[in-house]
Amino acid sequence: MSTMLRTENLTYSYPASEENEQPTLALDGVTLAIERGSFTVILGHNGSGKSTLAKTFNAVLLPSGGRVYVDGMDTTDEKLLLEIRRRVGMVFQNPDNQIVANVVEEDVAFAPENLGVPTEEIRRRVDDALRTVGMEKFAKHAPHLLSGGQKQRIAIAGVLAMRPQCIVLDEATAMLDPIGRSEVISTIERLNRDEGITVVLITHHMNEAEHADRVIVMNEGRVAMDGAPREVFAQVERLRAIGLTVPDTVELLYELRGAGCDLPLTAITVDECADAIARCFGKSAKEDN
Amino acid sequence: MLKDITLGQYFPGDTLAHRLDPRTKLLTTVLYIIAIFLAKGPIAYGVLILTLIVSVRISKVGARALFRGLKPVLFIIAFTAVLNLFYTPGTVIAQFWIFHVTREGVITAIAMMLRISLLIMGTFLLTYTTSPIRLTDGLEDLLGPLKKLGVPVHELAMMMSIALRFIPTLIEETDKIMSAQRARGADFESGNLLQRAKALIPLLVPLFVSAFRRADELATAMECRCYHGGEGRTKLHVLRYETRDYLTLAFYAALCAAMIALKKFF
Repeated sequence: MSTMLRTENLTYSYPASEENEQPTLALDGVTLAIERGSFTVILGHNGSGKSTLAKTFNAVLLPSGGRVYVDGMDTTDEKLLLEIRRRVGMVFQNPDNQIVANVVEEDVAFAPENLGVPTEEIRRRVDDALRTVGMEKFAKHAPHLLSGGQKQRIAIAGVLAMRPQCIVLDEATAMLDPIGRSEVISTIERLNRDEGITVVLITHHMNEAEHADRVIVMNEGRVAMDGAPREVFAQVERLRAIGLTVPDTVELLYELRGAGCDLPLTAITVDECADAIARCFGKSAKEDN
Repeated sequence: MLKDITLGQYFPGDTLAHRLDPRTKLLTTVLYIIAIFLAKGPIAYGVLILTLIVSVRISKVGARALFRGLKPVLFIIAFTAVLNLFYTPGTVIAQFWIFHVTREGVITAIAMMLRISLLIMGTFLLTYTTSPIRLTDGLEDLLGPLKKLGVPVHELAMMMSIALRFIPTLIEETDKIMSAQRARGADFESGNLLQRAKALIPLLVPLFVSAFRRADELATAMECRCYHGGEGRTKLHVLRYETRDYLTLAFYAALCAAMIALKKFF
């Protein structure tokens, strides 16, 4: 697999403002490589630098130090700006603040219009993108009448219409209700699986990391933990020290272990967790006999 | 209460009125306004009313929605009518104290009321049947020649379409802030006009703060979707005049001509 996004000793500091007299260092030497076609979840509490990191991935923010490469292209090269942004689409937290047009299909068409794509091709891309997110029935609707999850899917379609290779979702599920959240998560999981699009999901909902290939935990502008979800979530004490909770399933297993049960911490989904508990109690029941 | 505002509200549909080129609709609206100001005499007004009724029927916009648009200007209509009723010199038909109602006054008052109502309903029909983006597309195209004079036509069109896009969002937000402040004892309904206006100030501050935050986020989101001004931009819906557009324009041009003829000969 080749590398989609690569950062080299990346630092970023927000300039001094009225509130903060000193410039704030949001990223402090981040070196990462994100593989093409992977599903990466970046976790961290507020102020850990995770959103700042996301914004450097498509040159919304330019590094104060170090380098960011998108598909081998340096983000500080202004000539490559459009090409970088076309390859790495970004979906933000508030769906209302990223929808430009009053009609769904016109909003989805916004990016290809900016890229100068011919009209017939725009039509095709808009229809494809809306079908991919399952919103084709709403093509002529007004976005402000849709639910949060639907709006966010429209925002994803708007990014898909650029035919990107990578989608970065910057806390895109934070403002949604549980139904909207699962709509969005299943949509991006499908995009990753079926379309081979690289997904970087920034979130603070642990459960969304369930199906990821890789979890990166950010703390104070640095990468604190990095690995497969099972490896990362098994380190319950360390996650708690950073101020993060673990998924409910891992939490349950951890508490049961504390109570003396012999359980692994690597079960993340509800089914795995149930199996592990059943096995453990089955075993101890046998020993009692 | 804020939900009643229908300005810039678009009713999606697929009628002839919706399918017309936005430039055609803008031009016909201008022609209709000219016709209204040329109109004189009951036949002329009859023709104008009939035209509006037919246009509304074609567009399938509910009459109720159209009348709701009139509500905010009801006071202006009534005020103009009353002024015209009492201050037009001519044959006195009724008189009490210092007020004289003249025959001419009654006629002018009715004409004025009709004029303003038709004007507003006609323009509302334009915004009801044209999506704001198409409307701004049309404006951008019609004003295109001004680009040569250095007028930032694309930027203005973009600003207008975004402003229209955010009207419902900001109305919703205002409702939320009002509810939040009411829950903490704010009073928006009682007191005289001045007191009520004062009560709105604490409402405007959070609204402005959030509008600026929204603008900032929207700008970033637009840049992420490769927005870089009007240069080299293509369109999902390319504007093209069809036969129906020429026919509509010809009809409204004829309407203006008819108004001039009616004025001359009756």
